[in-house]
Amino acid sequence: MEKNINLRNCQTLNTYVMLTHLRMPAPIRLRELIRTIRTARTQAEEREMIQKECAAIRSSFREEDNTYRCRNVAKLLYMHMLGYPAHFGQLECLKLIASQKFTDKRIGYLGAMLLLDERQDVHLLMTNCIKNDLNHSTQFVQGLALCTLGCMGSSEMCRDLAGEVEKLLKTSNSYLRKKAALCAVHVIRKVPELMEMFLPATKNLLNEKNHGVLHTSVVLLTEMCERSPDMLAHFRKLVPQLVRILKNLIMSGYSPEHDVSGISDPFLQVRILRLLRILGRNDDDSSEAMNDILAQVATNTETSKNVGNAILYETVLTIMDIKSESGLRVLAINILGRFLLNNDKNIRYVALTSLLKTVQTDHNAVQRHRSTIVDCLKDLDVSIKRRAMELSFALVNGNNIRGMMKELLYFLDSCEPEFKADCASGIFLAAEKYAPSKRWHIDTIMRVLTTAGSYVRDDAVPNLIQLITNSVEMHAYTVQRLYKAILGDYSQQPLVQVAAWCIGEYGDLLVSGQCEEEEPIQVTEDEVLDILESVLISNMSTSVTRGYALTAIMKLSTRFTCTVNRIKKVVSIYGSSIDVELQQRAVEYNALFKKYDHMRSALLERMPVMEKVTTNGPTEIVQTNGETEPAPLETKPPPSGPQPTSQANDLLDLLGGNDITPVIPTAPTSKPSSAGGELLDLLGDINLTGAPAAAPAPASVPQISQPPFLLDGLSSQPLFNDIAAGIPSITAYSKNGLKIEFTFERSNTNPSVTVITIQASNSTELDMTDFVFQAAVPKTFQLQLLSPSSSIVPAFNTGTITQVIKVLNPQKQQLRMRIKLTYNHKGSAMQDLAEVNNFPPQSWQ
Amino acid sequence: MIKFFLMVNKQGQTRLSKYYEHVDINKRTLLETEVIKSCLSRSNEQCSFIEYKDFKLIYRQYAALFIVVGVNDTENEMAIYEFIHNFVEVLDEYFSRVMESRSVTQAGVQWHNLGSL
Repeated sequence: MEKNINLRNCQTLNTYVMLTHLRMPAPIRLRELIRTIRTARTQAEEREMIQKECAAIRSSFREEDNTYRCRNVAKLLYMHMLGYPAHFGQLECLKLIASQKFTDKRIGYLGAMLLLDERQDVHLLMTNCIKNDLNHSTQFVQGLALCTLGCMGSSEMCRDLAGEVEKLLKTSNSYLRKKAALCAVHVIRKVPELMEMFLPATKNLLNEKNHGVLHTSVVLLTEMCERSPDMLAHFRKLVPQLVRILKNLIMSGYSPEHDVSGISDPFLQVRILRLLRILGRNDDDSSEAMNDILAQVATNTETSKNVGNAILYETVLTIMDIKSESGLRVLAINILGRFLLNNDKNIRYVALTSLLKTVQTDHNAVQRHRSTIVDCLKDLDVSIKRRAMELSFALVNGNNIRGMMKELLYFLDSCEPEFKADCASGIFLAAEKYAPSKRWHIDTIMRVLTTAGSYVRDDAVPNLIQLITNSVEMHAYTVQRLYKAILGDYSQQPLVQVAAWCIGEYGDLLVSGQCEEEEPIQVTEDEVLDILESVLISNMSTSVTRGYALTAIMKLSTRFTCTVNRIKKVVSIYGSSIDVELQQRAVEYNALFKKYDHMRSALLERMPVMEKVTTNGPTEIVQTNGETEPAPLETKPPPSGPQPTSQANDLLDLLGGNDITPVIPTAPTSKPSSAGGELLDLLGDINLTGAPAAAPAPASVPQISQPPFLLDGLSSQPLFNDIAAGIPSITAYSKNGLKIEFTFERSNTNPSVTVITIQASNSTELDMTDFVFQAAVPKTFQLQLLSPSSSIVPAFNTGTITQVIKVLNPQKQQLRMRIKLTYNHKGSAMQDLAEVNNFPPQSWQ
Repeated sequence: MIKFFLMVNKQGQTRLSKYYEHVDINKRTLLETEVIKSCLSRSNEQCSFIEYKDFKLIYRQYAALFIVVGVNDTENEMAIYEFIHNFVEVLDEYFSRVMESRSVTQAGVQWHNLGSL
């Protein structure tokens, strides 16, 4: 009977349990979830499964089910790892952390590490939990809390809990000390001010026996030293101790718990070496203390396994960084050389990287391994090739340039496209610095253009053109080679641009067959025009290239004799081109043919030798001589084109139409002087019809006998060459507290040039800001205004603005100048005009 | 400094991921696919260190599983390489035989292991 009752009770119990299970089935385990997901064959199927499971988990969370919470959160974390949103689990993680069961806490902390970070507001709720757990009786719980804090603690949390961490750093439990040290590292990273708090605890850290604790302590010390120079100085005294530890590691026999492939705790060794590196940097005493141990490590470590190599690598890095003695450095570089010969790619890569770092300081030693490095260029691996390329460029010098260039050009031929641009630029730089002869230089450039033409950087074209212009004797050879190059293939834009420019310039040399360096080829004018026209028509040519080609054709009209009509026809066709740039050029050239035919030869003359311009040069005057853009050198009608924005135009505006002419010289007429060309380039605001008439008499045409007068300012030479004996300076202007003084210098090389330095000073009690000085001179002079030192004149004469003016006075007339000053003073804008007449005679006679 | 630690199989499915720096969740999958793409495209003779954006990837292949660690510039690549192997050995010890499927099911434990390493 009782049995029956029991049985019935059991049955009811069973049914009851079954019913509850039916109502709410137990959530599946993580393992099963993973298995189910793996059976999904498509992304969509997987998403579906996960969504279903997410829904189940969400309802389970809503029902506040304590028993299965940890399982659900575990599944949620897995789904999060796969990339699905899991933020609704955050609060659940907190609940798990607060629970008493270890399994719950474990998953809860894991979830916190993965799902929560500083950006969620919820994470602060954890602080109290963590605080309690840090003082828990079980070390594993404390460990968990430390882990989590060290992983995602925000700065507020760190501040609150740093004291606890510090306490744990001093406990006797080595498991906890290890974790506490790591946590301390994180705290310091987040809140650097707390570093001092951990200082007393670090005293005993290096006395550890336990490698785990030792390792983390070294990490902690490294972090502190990296962050604060004071700490660095403080910890320098630990160097002997570190050296001792390292020695023990190396000398000690086999220890099973720390052994990795025959080397005792390599991770610790690497860490210590890194700390030694930081401590020894820039410090002679520490470096000296380390020398022995470094040498010992370098020689005794087994290199057959990767582990040994890792340690050697770290050693080499350390030797390079500290102030080691030269013997040690040579040892280090030899180790790297040995690495290079190793078959293992990883080691070669690492060696190349380190050599790159050291090539600046130990150039000669690295040179010894040059051939191996060059061999690495032929390696299959992309990372190695890149490193080898960079290193090769660093090693190029005057002695090995020919050999190296051969290798590098070969490399350029065969390398991947991503390297070609860098390689090409590198080759150009190297060639520029160390070219043994001009012909070699040009040959190299041609080779680069033909092999990697489309990858060459944009600024290479103008540089090349300048180089070619400057090697006067090579013109014929260059143009011939370029012509041959584009005959076959005109798809590589930079090559075509350079070729078009050269043919335009030196076409006459081409057809006359004057080449000395190699066999001259027979080219007729028509053939040359054919190729230029095909460039114009081709679909592969960009707009810029077309512009070059059209200009070249135009230039040839003065150099060729029998095909002028053909050129005229071509030019007029493009007068209606859709491309605005081409159309503009064609129209202008047309105008040149029709109305200004007498000027054509002067305008389209041969370019003079260009000075090498530093990149800072063109700020003074925008009228460069086409260093940046060879093509638009020819004149452009007034409104369009790059107007030189210098003071010239402002003066034109302000000075209107009195007898003071524009600053820019007017056009000389048919003077075939070599400088004619570039003077015209300086025309910003030309009135072409008016000019020849206005400057008729040769006397008034500025005689520029020497090449680029104005380019003197552009070159990086000092502005004042051959300074003549002192000419008295004058006060040009003095009013309202602003005083401007002129000091003079005459150039011995060009007696018509006077260089005036103005100094503006301010004796009032407020600064003058936005100060602009402008000047104009009579028609027979030329003026060049360079940029001022600043635009603020400080008060109380505490400083001055300096500006340089160059005046060309070929007729030795008396110098007169009208100046205009604009500035802001005491909150209002001021401006003033004045005339300066008191120039001392020595300044212009 | 280690930025992230990934275990990805040849098909591109992530078996384990741990990020030590905050990365948006949608960027993570993108990152993982790119990383695995660059690792898969390399042959056996090639170097295990790849430069990717502004950090370095160090990867090691174990049968069908790739373990990739992303580090910044200051790390010793070879030491990390060793570390990866060390990690695999630990897993080996713990689970008696490392297989891809196994590692998948024990993901949670592995996270803890990583923490302690």
